[in-house]
Amino acid sequence: MISAGIVTVSYIAATILFILALGGLSNQETARRGNWYGIVGMAIALLATIFGVVTQHYAILLVALLIGGSVGILLARRVQMTQMPELVAILHSLVGLAAVAVGFANFMDPTVHFEGVELTIHDIETYLGILIGAVTFSGSVIAFGKLSGRIGGKPMLLPGRHWMNLGLLIAAIWFGREFVIQSAAGDGITPLIVMTVVALLFGIHMVMAIGGADMPVVVSMLNSYSGWAASATGFMLNNDLLIVTGALVGSSGAILSYIMCRAMNRKFLNVIAGGFGTGGGTVASSTEEQGEVVAIDANEAASMLAGAKQVMIIPGYGMAVAQAQHIVHELTTALRAKGINVRFGIHPVAGRMPGHMNVLLAEARVPYDIVFEMDEVNDDFPEVDVSIVIGANDIVNPSAQEEPDSPIAGMPVLECWKGNTTIVLKRSMATGYAGVQNPLFFKENTRMLFGDAKDSLDAVFKVL
Amino acid sequence: MKIGVPKELHIGERRVATTPDVAKQLIKLGYSVAIETGAGSAASFSDTAYLAAGCEIVSSAGEIWSSSDIIFKVRAPEPGEADTLRPEQTLACFLWPAQNPELLKKLTASGATAIAMDSVPRISRAQKMDALSSMANIAGYRAVIEAAQHFGRFFTGQITAAGKVPPATILVIGAGVAGLAAIGAAKSMGAIVRSFDTRPEVKEQVESMNAEFLMLDFDEEDGSGEGGYAKVMSDEFIKAEMTLFAEQAKDVDIIITTALIPGKPAPRLITASMVESMKDGSVVVDLAAEQGGNCELTEADKVVLKNGVSIIGYTDLPSRLAAQSSQLYGTNLRHLLTEMTPENDGNIVVDMDDEVIRGATICTGGETTWPPPAPKLSAAPPQAEPEPLPAPVDEKPSIAGPIIATAVGGLALLGLGAVAPPSFMAHFTVFVLACFVGYMVIWNVKPALHTPLMSVTNAISSIIVIGALLQISAADKVIMWIAALTVMITSVNIAGGFAVTRRMLEMFRK
Repeated sequence: MISAGIVTVSYIAATILFILALGGLSNQETARRGNWYGIVGMAIALLATIFGVVTQHYAILLVALLIGGSVGILLARRVQMTQMPELVAILHSLVGLAAVAVGFANFMDPTVHFEGVELTIHDIETYLGILIGAVTFSGSVIAFGKLSGRIGGKPMLLPGRHWMNLGLLIAAIWFGREFVIQSAAGDGITPLIVMTVVALLFGIHMVMAIGGADMPVVVSMLNSYSGWAASATGFMLNNDLLIVTGALVGSSGAILSYIMCRAMNRKFLNVIAGGFGTGGGTVASSTEEQGEVVAIDANEAASMLAGAKQVMIIPGYGMAVAQAQHIVHELTTALRAKGINVRFGIHPVAGRMPGHMNVLLAEARVPYDIVFEMDEVNDDFPEVDVSIVIGANDIVNPSAQEEPDSPIAGMPVLECWKGNTTIVLKRSMATGYAGVQNPLFFKENTRMLFGDAKDSLDAVFKVL
Repeated sequence: MKIGVPKELHIGERRVATTPDVAKQLIKLGYSVAIETGAGSAASFSDTAYLAAGCEIVSSAGEIWSSSDIIFKVRAPEPGEADTLRPEQTLACFLWPAQNPELLKKLTASGATAIAMDSVPRISRAQKMDALSSMANIAGYRAVIEAAQHFGRFFTGQITAAGKVPPATILVIGAGVAGLAAIGAAKSMGAIVRSFDTRPEVKEQVESMNAEFLMLDFDEEDGSGEGGYAKVMSDEFIKAEMTLFAEQAKDVDIIITTALIPGKPAPRLITASMVESMKDGSVVVDLAAEQGGNCELTEADKVVLKNGVSIIGYTDLPSRLAAQSSQLYGTNLRHLLTEMTPENDGNIVVDMDDEVIRGATICTGGETTWPPPAPKLSAAPPQAEPEPLPAPVDEKPSIAGPIIATAVGGLALLGLGAVAPPSFMAHFTVFVLACFVGYMVIWNVKPALHTPLMSVTNAISSIIVIGALLQISAADKVIMWIAALTVMITSVNIAGGFAVTRRMLEMFRK
């Protein structure tokens, strides 16, 4: 048994290590060390709590830790990099579930005793912890379903959904009041359970209404919620370590959500309210304007690449779907061996999670110093000879700049059409998630290479 | 039909109007080709090579002129050479109708069709027939070679055991085809190259060859004339230009001038005093010598030494690279003939509706058809008026929003502070500070690392396990089991989150 003072000091150490862990992620060289800081911080916090606070049931604790830990490691080993968004979503749901469980257990614990204002505040903290935890849990489960394809990616738009959300919010507040009143009288479990159900419904409804292309926002928003849930739990338990860590994670997720929203030129509330392409009328205007697409085969694509000096590769979600990142790397190596300058241009919302493309390219061993952000390369397109768009659509759509009525108007996009030639790899002429026709395909300097991205690139690579 | 290629009569002319390689292509077009014996010998093409290519070798020029339907030449006919031209014959060569009105009159009188290779319009489609550009390219290259011949030092800078050698500095005036070729050749020999041109649009081309483009300290005046050529500039401009040249002359080792304005004598750019100011051993190559010279001291076809400066006034630079220029000129002619043989059957058709043919044909059927009507499209489109930029709209963000938000937030905090116990406020302080720390730290995260950031924050947020650990020792069995379950699921998260982050970060490599 170690003293309470030592436990507190350990918590401070853990807090500092967590901050260093996040700070380490500012670049690739320090990121690995940052992860170790996080691991050490977590270990210190766990050990201090186990030896300083826990008094019995060590065996059960150990078994639970072992089972959970092995499942976690197994998941982490098995997961394919293309499935990262799903994994992250399901892990978020666990944090939400834990927050709900801790909240209920704390409420039922007879040893916890407060009076007067303190009780009210404690009840509100418990209530908020469970509320946020429940929303995180059900929202993450639905996000997991959508990302793994178990639930369709199309937004589910119930009639009067804004009213429904408002109703659920009012219900949550009303039951919160009931809970505080009843809890003072020594009861309160009924409103707490009802509220949990309301929160779960709210989480489901919210994520169901959001389209596939908005998933990066949803995933980072749920990331943020899991942090706030931990923070609320920390208030409930009077534990500063939880409060600080939760706040760190919460603000991290919030900033990511903000970055993602800015990358789509959309308001956060607008994304959360759900439904892309619901404008309807405006979509039609851009579909009218079509033209001729020029299709090419792998041989022509290969000769275009071989004759280029500057090549820009723009990956999108399609690359993840086709698992084409490895052949992209081989192609890159082959082109670089010919002295061609190959770079990657990554749009912030490419894929289904912030940084999704970077992880996939890293998995395929593409060196990260040739992978650039949109803002770093967008001005260079006039000097690019060939751009290859792999399974991306909305992020290279010129109508974001050219058509003020377009649903994606004002969204920053990669201006590949300013380059000499663009090769678009696509399965068919279907529109992207935003449901907007892409005038890029009809531009004079665009060539379409139809087919599965992996097969097409394979063929191009063979010719090269 | 039969194409005849006579030996060039002009003194010192080494080029020939077709080479064995080109002749093969002409025969493929359906023509037969006759070469005067020895026509290609000065350009190192032997009669045997022509024979091997399928040509007929003819012993006299007279036979070529009388028996051929089409006559290919390089230079304009010498006096007496083309006297036997008949109406059904076609002659293609450099004719310079503006400079040779007598010749034009004579050719018109003969009734034959005369195609002036120098009059092929400068449009994109006709680039492959643009013999002037081919010859200018060669002249530019050769100018550098001649300069190197008369220049007593290296072009490239070197640090040797015997001391440091500075690189030669070369000024190329006029960045047309010849100028650009000279820049390229001089650059590849290691010299420092500067260039000046009155047409601002060539700045980019000069800079693309890693040469320095000299700018005039002068209000913009565009020197681009019709068809991509330069035009005569205003007096002030010329004055500013001369000042620049005078300064440069003191500094550079070699000046290559290529300034020409169509149909005008070459502009005087390098005065005697500028030559005087140049260092001893310097070289001036004047590519405009034939049109009077850009340099005051140039003497056509000669190399003269003035004040220690060699001034090269050769007018036959392409001819000094005869094999190369014959090949390119012959190919230009072949392209022209391909255009004029729509059926590929060896029969020439003079289509006066074709812009290129119309431009190059100076007389046909006894009528003078020169000068042609202005070409419809110049090589460099006239500069479009820059569209006035829309005045940037200053959108002042409404200051009311943030003020209201801050006020509401402040009031809420005050209210909280009024009722909440001190212990809560202590935690709240920590919370707010942690939010700010998080805000500061997260903005530094690279977008490329956003996914690892999410997985690591996910692992860290499992610190909620502490809550479960506080409860696991509870006497109440239900609470204990809930806590145990929570420990289990959060440990999935802890292990999974850190492990997957580690896995991802291992993959990021340079």
